[in-house]
Amino acid sequence: MEKSERRVISVIVVNEASVLSRITDLFSGRGYNITSLTVAPIPESKYSRLTIVTSGSVRVIEQITKQLHKLIPVLRVYEHADLVEKEMALIKFPASENITDIATLCSAYNGKIVNVGDNIIIAMVADEPKRVDNFLKIINKYNPKEIVRSGAVALER
Amino acid sequence: MQISGAQMVIEALIAEGVDTVFGYPGGAIMNIYDEIYKQDKFEHILTRHEQAAVHAAEGYSKASGKVGVAMITSGPGFTNAVTGLADAYMDSIPIVVISGQVPMSLIGTDAFQEIDAVGISRSCTKHNYLVTDAKDLARILKEAFYIASSGRPGPVHVDIPKDVTAQIANFDYSIELDLETYKPHTKGNPRQIKKAMEAIAKAKRPLFYLGGGIINSNAAYEVRDLVHATGIPAVETFMARGTLSHDDEYLISMLGMHGSYAANMAMSETDLVIGLGARFDDRVTGKLSEFAKNAGVIHVDIDPASISKLVNADYPIVGDVKNVVEEMLRLSSNINPLKYASWRDTIKNFDTLHPLTYHEDTDRLKPQWVIQRVGELLGDDANISTDVGQHQMWTAQFYPFTRPRQWISSGGLGTMGFGFPAAMGVKAASPDKVSINITGDGSILMNCQELMTAVEKKLPVINIILNNNYLGMVRQWQTLFYDKRHSETDLSVQPDFVKLAEAFGGIGYRVTTKDEFDAALKDAIEKNIVTFIDVVVERLENVMPMVPSGGSLFNMMLLEKKEKK
Repeated sequence: MEKSERRVISVIVVNEASVLSRITDLFSGRGYNITSLTVAPIPESKYSRLTIVTSGSVRVIEQITKQLHKLIPVLRVYEHADLVEKEMALIKFPASENITDIATLCSAYNGKIVNVGDNIIIAMVADEPKRVDNFLKIINKYNPKEIVRSGAVALER
Repeated sequence: MQISGAQMVIEALIAEGVDTVFGYPGGAIMNIYDEIYKQDKFEHILTRHEQAAVHAAEGYSKASGKVGVAMITSGPGFTNAVTGLADAYMDSIPIVVISGQVPMSLIGTDAFQEIDAVGISRSCTKHNYLVTDAKDLARILKEAFYIASSGRPGPVHVDIPKDVTAQIANFDYSIELDLETYKPHTKGNPRQIKKAMEAIAKAKRPLFYLGGGIINSNAAYEVRDLVHATGIPAVETFMARGTLSHDDEYLISMLGMHGSYAANMAMSETDLVIGLGARFDDRVTGKLSEFAKNAGVIHVDIDPASISKLVNADYPIVGDVKNVVEEMLRLSSNINPLKYASWRDTIKNFDTLHPLTYHEDTDRLKPQWVIQRVGELLGDDANISTDVGQHQMWTAQFYPFTRPRQWISSGGLGTMGFGFPAAMGVKAASPDKVSINITGDGSILMNCQELMTAVEKKLPVINIILNNNYLGMVRQWQTLFYDKRHSETDLSVQPDFVKLAEAFGGIGYRVTTKDEFDAALKDAIEKNIVTFIDVVVERLENVMPMVPSGGSLFNMMLLEKKEKK
């Protein structure tokens, strides 16, 4: 078996109906992995930008980029080598947990407390996906009730 | 001009030069059919099943090189057509399929005959559209024809809700298309082509590996020139049959699972594969790790995704094979055809050792004889369609093809029921040639209702049923790999094919001897009506030689040698 590697691919597509289905159908139909997928319109254009985190052998990644490019509404496909990558996470804690500790941890991961209610605290971090992984491991002891991750976004350096 | 969506469809088809549309009406597409009724610019051929309409459009396209058009209604009309879309997708056939859809206001309500058509066709079309406003129709239909026929061709599906066909809007078909995201790469990189030609000049045992892309790009005659200029032997894929004439001295034969021994050995021994419009399909390569193991690979294809998908290309060239071959031809003067004489001799020896042949050792007719006989009697005068199974492989092996677009068969998807409707489309596109469908007793029943279409529209397709009372190809695998357990493949119970044809107003023959076959074929051509010739053939004949699934090309099961009587 060829070695499977994590890859971040950005896709610029025409912002039109069912374009997202075309992308996800391609991945499921050809048996490619999607670790995360984010999509948002590019300001003041008719295009949207998708960031897909996937994994596969060199051959599979090459096929993914070629097959993506073959889709009619796809303008450009970037297979990133040198990139800046960020992901956001929101975490809900019970209000009984130590808010100062959590706030300190968050700030180390480019985050902060964003909401404090009677029963819960919500914190956010925005960092490299690997560091977000790490953060989520550390905060386990504060009994997080819910975690939501945004999926990665990336830009070529 | 201000016209209805339905009128726009008609105007667009006329503007595209469409002369034949295959289809089947229904509720959601009635506005368009009402406009078809009022016009006389193109003929509409009513098939008796939507699947057949799409296959007929494919056959029409394959024989003519033009975009085939099929029209169907929503819901079951569309789902019946899906097999045709998938077939065209796998074999890169340019067709435009227009389907009716329930009105916009009902979409998503599980309305009568509603189905998410574009959702279903997305994975089996090159592109598809759901039209939500009649003002977009001119652009969408123009794009549909352009996308279907350019780049790597394929089917495009346009789904039009009924209220959009009634909507009045401005129609201007002279608009310039602006497809910023779709720009097929047709001209090969000159430096890459030059490098490839240098590699060819250095190779000792180069081999042309000719694929169906050559037929699609109308490059067969350029390829013939290149082969003759270089003296390099060639193998053809199933889809490429007819690229070289059967009697071309440089043509070895078809390669792959049922390719000839010589073709497969040549591919195993070559030191440079020159792939032109071929996609290294599993039926061609056999076990990938053993495929052309010691060879460099030149791969010319218009679809970048085909290159290095399965076999790594040392010289990838993205471009239209016609342009690239013309350029290669220009650079071929330093290649001396005599250089490959001993390589060609080696291949000839392979062929002498295990030629593509069969034994006439039974009382019943051999299916291969029937195909060869059609070739002797009709040769270049016939276009040959097939269904799927043993008869298809024998036809690919034994018919003496002389020209591109003479051979129409479902290669990628392997669709039983393809042959008869496709042969109708072929006849509509090419009325001066005899349209033959070589089929089996299994396949023919999958679209035999088309007898009615063929009678009504005077499309005199001659269906030659190689009848072995088996689903022969599956039976063959059961015999060879499942210890002769013939699970559900015995077709001893079958209709009277003569009466079946006659019931629709066609003619039927049942033949058991060579003389009867000759007489039946001659009579059918004279009568010029749709025909079933039910040929009783040897039941247990196998397609040989054969590369067992997943095996290496050089490791073939071969025809048993027999003493000449």
